[in-house]
Amino acid sequence: MKGSTCKAVDKMRTISFSQATLEAMQEEMARDEKVFVMGEDIVRQGGIFGQFKGLPEKFGTDRVMDTPISETAIVGACVGAALAGMRPVADMHFADFAGVCFDEIYNQMAKIYYMFGAQKPVSMVLRAPDGLVNQAAAQHSQSLEAFFMHIPGLKVVIPSNPADAKGLLKAAIREDNPIIYFEHKALFSMKGEVPEEEYLTPIGKAKVVKEGSDVTLVSYSMTMNLCVKAAELLAKDGISAELIDLRTISPLDKETILESVAKTTRLAIAHEAVKQGGVGAEIAALVAEEAIDCLDAPIVRVGAPFTPVPFARPLEQAYRITPEKIAAAVRAMF
Amino acid sequence: MYAQPVRKEATLSPAKYEKDLLGYFYKTMVTIRSFEQMIEKFFLEGEIPGFVHLYIGEEAIATGVMANLRKTDYIQSTHRGHGHTIAKGADLKRMMAELFGKSTGSCKGKGGSMHIADFSVGMLGANGIVGGGFTMATGAALAHKMQKTDGVAVTFFGDGASNRGTFHEAANMAAAWNLPVIFVCENNQWASTTPYRTTTSVDDIADRAVAYGMPGVIVDGNDVFSVCEAAKELVERARRGEGPSILECKSYRIKGHFVGDPEKYRTKEEVQKVFSETDPIPRFESKVLKAKAMTKKELETIRNTVEEELKEALEFARTSPVPEESALFEGLYV
Repeated sequence: MKGSTCKAVDKMRTISFSQATLEAMQEEMARDEKVFVMGEDIVRQGGIFGQFKGLPEKFGTDRVMDTPISETAIVGACVGAALAGMRPVADMHFADFAGVCFDEIYNQMAKIYYMFGAQKPVSMVLRAPDGLVNQAAAQHSQSLEAFFMHIPGLKVVIPSNPADAKGLLKAAIREDNPIIYFEHKALFSMKGEVPEEEYLTPIGKAKVVKEGSDVTLVSYSMTMNLCVKAAELLAKDGISAELIDLRTISPLDKETILESVAKTTRLAIAHEAVKQGGVGAEIAALVAEEAIDCLDAPIVRVGAPFTPVPFARPLEQAYRITPEKIAAAVRAMF
Repeated sequence: MYAQPVRKEATLSPAKYEKDLLGYFYKTMVTIRSFEQMIEKFFLEGEIPGFVHLYIGEEAIATGVMANLRKTDYIQSTHRGHGHTIAKGADLKRMMAELFGKSTGSCKGKGGSMHIADFSVGMLGANGIVGGGFTMATGAALAHKMQKTDGVAVTFFGDGASNRGTFHEAANMAAAWNLPVIFVCENNQWASTTPYRTTTSVDDIADRAVAYGMPGVIVDGNDVFSVCEAAKELVERARRGEGPSILECKSYRIKGHFVGDPEKYRTKEEVQKVFSETDPIPRFESKVLKAKAMTKKELETIRNTVEEELKEALEFARTSPVPEESALFEGLYV
């Protein structure tokens, strides 16, 4: 294993987010025969976003399995297989379907290690494609990460770009604890630089994407990319934003957030999920509890309105977080 | 296609059984009975906290099934899980300590009665969620298949749990993938306070096997010989790679749903009548004595051994320390 993080000196090439996750699967399945993947429409379709294409040919249908449309059995069987020594990766098809198997996630997968006195960890990854794409509306567009952040025992990983997607997925597969891995559906086609050599991205470590001096802007997943654009808009107004990509929301990298806020004295958090009860609320509370004296302005949260995701384009547009909305909210802090 | 489930009873005389197996039957049933009586007493006296669900009257099921399992086979249990745990060979001291909430318990005092597990003997956990075990047992069986062993997984469940969607998802998955799972229904007639037939579509849960293309077998669950012989056949076919099956063991829940249940939904006379006619332990005694397969003296020796072992377990549990407060955060993540 070369290095534990993606280094600037690494030789790079440009691939898609989807390709990056596929490489992670290929490398980990080749490295460890205990790793296998199951989910709906993987073998023939290659996953809805092509993220499993070629895996059945390479590893056979004993390790790349089409499941019945039984989310409960998918997650439950992966938990059972993990307890029996395998390292399963389950695909949830759409993150929205996690509601079907919530018991298996929060009463079994998350609790078995703790409630049985640390006899055996549930070493599995639940991949959950989430977020807004193609006007998929209320039941195929949600960002539900905050639910899972609320559950002790789980780790929740949520990359924003191809390089992190690969490094975090590989780290998640090797991690002994159960992982929920959110991958935004609109990111699958995104291209970005990915090191040629093998690497892991540490779970639980945020990344300062861009240094700045006036305001700390915290985000993750697809919205992180919108924050980069928002920072460009803010720069035109002379506001220097420091951008933090959380990459993991549980455990939360508190130090990176608090260090940045101590420097910039302002905090804004942006995410695609509804604002109420969102990840932003947790981060705002953290900073209010531990660093309120550092703040020169009230904390700002940018999140979706408190409605289900609507279908019609103008409604979806009204619902959607944009760089302009983020920039406007931050500008109002000055 | 399988036809209607088959009703079976023991074909061998007790005299044809190996002495060791008869001794195991008796010792296991008596251990479970005495263990449960002890737990009931200390729960009512306030020494055991939490919720406790007793297995009294159903001892022949766990005992008869487990006679066919190896340490490396897996079981998933229920909230009424003490009998399964004992029969799978768990250490009585650590088990008793767990119920007392002590740090020396098999789950370090994190689980208690409803969440008892002993992975060292393949007991993958009791479950506070009715119907929680089906899918995990299916996954454990999948692991056996992927690891190319001839191991099996058994999931115990009540008549009430057979109405959970998890049962149907797991049964279909197990049959579609031809996995070595035996679904053992302990039909004790009561889903908590509800007579099972008022909320269940069939008289015999094993009827449902037909729908999933697997064999169903019905036995008298209070006759350890019948349970053992039927389970033997189903376990062996699973080991040969012939797939899952349902074994329905007809029984009756002698005690309330939980210790302290006022049992307003049935009369004491009804319970007493059933118990006096079907109690599996006197039935075993009279069968082996009649067949001259065991002597009164041998039975008595076993009873004395059990009493000694339980006394030691109780002493261990009572004198063990409660967990330190610092243990709260231990064993949450690896």
